[in-house]
Amino acid sequence: MPQLLDADGIASALRRMADEIAQSAPPGCSVGLVGIRSRGDDLARRLQPLLAQLGFRDLEYGCLDITLYRDDLAEIGPSAVVRTTEIDFDVAGRYLILVDDVIHTGRSIRAALSAIVDLGRPRAIRLAVLVDREGSGRELPIQPDFAGIRVPESAGRVTVRLMETDGRDEVEVGT
Amino acid sequence: MKDMLTSVAATSAASPRGTERESMVWPHKHLLGLEDLSAEDISFILDTAQAFEDVSTRSVKKVPALRGRVVVNLFFEDSTRTRTSFTLAAQRLSADIIDFTAKTSSVTKGESLRDTVRNIEAMGVDLIICRHPNAGAPHLVARCVNCCVINAGDGRHEHPTQGLLDLYTMRQAKGRIAGLKVAIVGDVANSRVARSNLHGLLKLGAEVTLIGPATLVPKSFAGLGARIRHDFDNVIGEFDVINMLRVQQERIASSVFPSIQEYSRLFGLNAERMCRAKSDVLIMHPGPVNRGIELSAEVADGAKSAILRQVTNGLAVRMAVMFLCKQASEGTA
Repeated sequence: MPQLLDADGIASALRRMADEIAQSAPPGCSVGLVGIRSRGDDLARRLQPLLAQLGFRDLEYGCLDITLYRDDLAEIGPSAVVRTTEIDFDVAGRYLILVDDVIHTGRSIRAALSAIVDLGRPRAIRLAVLVDREGSGRELPIQPDFAGIRVPESAGRVTVRLMETDGRDEVEVGT
Repeated sequence: MKDMLTSVAATSAASPRGTERESMVWPHKHLLGLEDLSAEDISFILDTAQAFEDVSTRSVKKVPALRGRVVVNLFFEDSTRTRTSFTLAAQRLSADIIDFTAKTSSVTKGESLRDTVRNIEAMGVDLIICRHPNAGAPHLVARCVNCCVINAGDGRHEHPTQGLLDLYTMRQAKGRIAGLKVAIVGDVANSRVARSNLHGLLKLGAEVTLIGPATLVPKSFAGLGARIRHDFDNVIGEFDVINMLRVQQERIASSVFPSIQEYSRLFGLNAERMCRAKSDVLIMHPGPVNRGIELSAEVADGAKSAILRQVTNGLAVRMAVMFLCKQASEGTA
């Protein structure tokens, strides 16, 4: 499977995303990073020190499990695994950055948005993904605000591996 | 889980994170007793319950997981807390819930259990929560219907969600179940709570001692793997957890113990007896408490009492059980 990004590629993509997030944030606002389990949480955790270096002081981190909000629970049936959501700060009024590894159909993000809204009313929610699989596979009108890399979906299946979860950092593409 | 395209990585083997479960298939569409479950099954329910715990503390105390599903409380025996707990748990999963009470139903006109549940299922019900005075009734119900059945207490047999919430509470307080020394004190012979606790605790590796008068703690329980003692005071200092059973009022008048005062003196937990217990002992009780009989008020309300935490945890555990059973009835399984 061809490698799209290696460890350095992932690191520099995250640095660039952090820069863009910093520029987009309204002056003086509190920022919250919310990563979608699994792997989005790892990416959000890596963005946290990058944003702190860029001068954000009131910066919170949380992770979100979207299983209970999925629209395909009936299809996945007995293999559904519910993990904990750990967002220990008040999302109300915050500039929230939702972080995921890959966006394709957009359905995970829809579920995440519903889950976040049940926690409170953020000032705004933006979407940051490491890989944007662009193309007609998008099933909902949801687009990332910050993307590490964009790949046409015709390139094939994307696999993100991260040190925290998989023991190494890489993004592969192809069938 | 994420979009389908990342599922390959999500199911990849050995995760450096280690402690987290990447995948598990929950195969049981009914929960009839803890005796039928493996240690892994029980741990999986407890892990899942942990994810449901925060639903009760957030801004919107509801998740859409069972939206559009119908849950029936089918209770052939009185209950307030178990029924209320199941009702609230179902509502927090966004299910619709209806109550069926035997006293106000066609059961009083002579309808059989099989006919009752098949009629209820024909209305489009997804989950039946069943409590019945006879052991095995929920098992019969499960054989008659296609929907999920959860045992909310059957006779003297099992009360699996109570057993699970007790295990959850112990794990929460002590960080583990394996190796814990747990005492179950009181009317073990007639208690479904004791049986569910016993099965669950032994499967997860706890050491269980059953304590009470010989009339209420028969020797036959030793065959299940528990130790049996009739002298509470001599052993009380050993335990990490003491689970006190309710003295059932209907048995007080019978001949199983000479008097309530004697029972309370030998097996009740009061401040004086607590002095001999471990300093970090956890006191549990399935409720409702007979204050002054099995537990003194100061112990029931004391710092070591987990009684209200048990009730809170019951919600998360019942949400997890309903969710998992419903999921097992869907999809490819």
